Amino acid sequence: MEYAIALLVLAAVVGAVLSVPLRRRGEAERRDETRLAELDAAKEAKYREIRDAELDHQMGKLSREDWRAVDRDLRSEAIEILRQLDRLEGRTPDGGMDR
Amino acid sequence: MDPSRKRKLRLVVALSAALLLATALIYTSFSASTEASKPSEIKPGRSYELTGKVVNGSIEHRGSDLRFRIRDRDGAHSVPVTYTGVVPDPFRDGREVIVSGELQNGTFVAERDSLVTKCPSKFTEDKKAS
Amino acid sequence: MAGVGSACLAVALLTALYAVGASIYGARSGRPEWLTSGRRAIYCVAALCVGAFAILEAAFLRSDFSYALVAEGSSTDTPTFYKVTAVWATQDGSLLLWATLLSLFASAVLFVTRRSLRDIAPYATAVLGTVAAFFLLLMVGWENPFDTLAVPPPEGAGLNPLLRHPAMMIHPPILYTGYVGFSVPFAFAIGALVARRTGADWIRATRRFALIAWMFLGTGIMLGALWSYTELGWGGYWAWDPVENASLMPWLVGTAFLHSIMVQEKRGMLKVWNVSLICATFTLALLGTFLVRSGILESIHAFGASTIGVQFLVFIGLVIALSAGLIISRLPLLRSEARLDSLLSREAFFLLNNLVLVGLCLVIMWGTFFPLISEAITGTEASVGPPWFNKIVTPLALVLVLLTGVGPVLAWRRVTPAALWRVLLVPVAAALLALVGLLALTDASDSPASLAMFCLVAFVITVVGQELWRGTRARRTMTGESLPRALRRLTGRNRRRYGGYLVHAGIAVLFLGVAASSAFLDQRDVRISPGESFEVNGYEVTYREATAKLGGDSSGTGAPISFGAVLDVRKDGEHFVMRPLRNYYASGDPSLGTISRFFEGEATSEVDVRWGLTRDFWMAVRPDIGSLDAQIREADEKFADSAGDVQALIVAALAERYRGNPPPAAFRAIASPLVVWIWIGGAIAVLGALIAAWPSPEARLRRVRSLYSARVGRELSRA
Repeated sequence: MEYAIALLVLAAVVGAVLSVPLRRRGEAERRDETRLAELDAAKEAKYREIRDAELDHQMGKLSREDWRAVDRDLRSEAIEILRQLDRLEGRTPDGGMDR
Repeated sequence: MDPSRKRKLRLVVALSAALLLATALIYTSFSASTEASKPSEIKPGRSYELTGKVVNGSIEHRGSDLRFRIRDRDGAHSVPVTYTGVVPDPFRDGREVIVSGELQNGTFVAERDSLVTKCPSKFTEDKKAS
Repeated sequence: MAGVGSACLAVALLTALYAVGASIYGARSGRPEWLTSGRRAIYCVAALCVGAFAILEAAFLRSDFSYALVAEGSSTDTPTFYKVTAVWATQDGSLLLWATLLSLFASAVLFVTRRSLRDIAPYATAVLGTVAAFFLLLMVGWENPFDTLAVPPPEGAGLNPLLRHPAMMIHPPILYTGYVGFSVPFAFAIGALVARRTGADWIRATRRFALIAWMFLGTGIMLGALWSYTELGWGGYWAWDPVENASLMPWLVGTAFLHSIMVQEKRGMLKVWNVSLICATFTLALLGTFLVRSGILESIHAFGASTIGVQFLVFIGLVIALSAGLIISRLPLLRSEARLDSLLSREAFFLLNNLVLVGLCLVIMWGTFFPLISEAITGTEASVGPPWFNKIVTPLALVLVLLTGVGPVLAWRRVTPAALWRVLLVPVAAALLALVGLLALTDASDSPASLAMFCLVAFVITVVGQELWRGTRARRTMTGESLPRALRRLTGRNRRRYGGYLVHAGIAVLFLGVAASSAFLDQRDVRISPGESFEVNGYEVTYREATAKLGGDSSGTGAPISFGAVLDVRKDGEHFVMRPLRNYYASGDPSLGTISRFFEGEATSEVDVRWGLTRDFWMAVRPDIGSLDAQIREADEKFADSAGDVQALIVAALAERYRGNPPPAAFRAIASPLVVWIWIGGAIAVLGALIAAWPSPEARLRRVRSLYSARVGRELSRA
């Protein structure tokens, strides 16, 4: 008896929690925000890689030519990310205010 | 040497090294392993790793000696054992044990400190027996 | 409340299955609201598991013996701390702990990645949901922790005395957190494969979780070793027991994974290897749980013949088959982006370290399963013992420690022998110095393997120190900062790198302890009467007197009877007292006499250890209660039906008799050099892992800020 009641109550609560997002729409707006966060994280990671490569070079773990090549690649990738960020923020009204 | 052949050569070297190591591993494990024998299987004249259960009520302390009987895991055949040395904590009546030694005049004389207690009923004794 | 607990588990099972379905449907149909719902389902599973766990905890604390589990694993006289922890000493309780930790971990990672990895996360959610559903199914279908007894017994069986040790009781949750943690990178790897996003995204998102899992698993292993050292009464910390091996295997492969993912991040190589490694790690974690549960391999730790061995085996088989199939079907996507340029490069050495680690794991697996293998091949069950493991593992461990030192100094892609020599000059000199010093001043040459290890440890620690110094110097020339400031900023900005180096130093220190204590310990087993002495490692040990105490031993295990000894230990004017004990727990067996019952139950050694940075002095006692046999039997007959307080008086009288007229007692004394450095090295490694896993402050702040500013922007536009 106790089991049956608990089962029903818990199932009802969980069902209610799970159905909330299904009833709520308007995810499209959120998607920009998600993309923004993702790009931001990617930019952060790229910067870290650039700094890491520089440190490696300074400590003699990457020869000058190798470091130049790696650095050039990483920087162009970072620029691509920045470009995407700008494009996205250009579409988001007032989005530029944090830069 | 061109790079692809060099790579192939490396692969062959690595694989044969791995094969060699694996063979060595298998060989050493079989030669170093010890066979566990049941009380009904042992005979005088060579050393064994004896495994079985401690017969209930057979444990006796005689001075620094420990005497008990080990029986087949699934049978009644048992041999008396004399043992000296450290006794593991879980050693009890009915526990599964391993001990190395040799049969002398009908008694299994164990090597010092060779007693190991296994405990198949583990932390919860026969919980699902019901 | 048992009904509510069962209901929690049943609903959690359905919710986990829903999470799987909703996430896959959402990903296939591109409907994000289903993904959100699926993610929330995992949060709900976590909440339900926590609820069920809380109900079970409460039952244990109340000593509610109508729960079968409480009656089996606890008793009213079990100390409160052990009541709390007795939950996971039972099989069903530990399954619930597994499921709870898994759902919490899964919730954490899904929350962190809720705005990123749109392609991968849904499938990862489905994988995590499946694993959670498996454990919940085990409980709902076969091992319900909320089974009740129609007639509750008046008293429970009590927690197994061997488990009454602080390290043992926190060891399972920590070990499980490690096992469970590896399911996160596994789930994301599978997700990446399914979604065909085989770049390094999934690695960046879950690297930290893998590191945390690795840290917990390592801590769990260390705590298990500590328990073995201080509780099992044999004086060692590692016995190559199947269950110890079961926890070590995923840790080794996990270590390999943590290294090889760096190669994928930096060079886009080893993609197949990485997904294979994480699948293997997770499978081994399941296998570890299975070995403890199934009892197929005899071990003193395992839980005994279980009803769920087959289910585990089927699930492990499915995991292996499905992940292997998935990897094979995605092989074209997993092509390397670069080639190995030179064998003298960091990536080549990472590969080598991976081979050694995986090789170690395979060796240990072979030895662990050898009884099964030999039975299959020769028909007789044979086993390999610690000597075999030591012989095989020692050279591999030496190579591993060497790589621990060489790896950090190597450059990516290629390094010239001249450059390599320049950075290795000082560490090699340090190792040679150590060699000469040890040969001249100590008898370390008695054990060549240990001697080699000591030199390697010196090498590794010098490498780590040199790396720090060179980095600091480089930063100072770059920024013009003062040395301490440069050091602080260098390590603060590159936590992952320098945390990792600290782990290397910690592991080297750990191996220092292992090498010294395994080769140079001095052990004596004696049997002496009060007043007599013996000598071990220059220490003169005198058995001063016997002790016998009823109720309440000093370490709080709740043992009714403790017999022990007081010993004086002297060396060169130094004097200390040791008090090892042996605790006796009453047996519940009604066929025993009323008095002998008290002595015939479990007994545990409470060893006394005098910890020291250079040497531990370890002492265990085994009182000869056989000398009381005659009196105990006599008492059994005379007081067959006596009341509890009369029994207590008799036992007290027997204890007093033992104390006043003690027979010779057996002692094991061990002088173990540097053994404490095992724990110190382990702690350093954990600290290093923590530093490496800690998010870097500026990145975290900026991310939060940009999220907020994006929201500000959005909300302003709405107004």
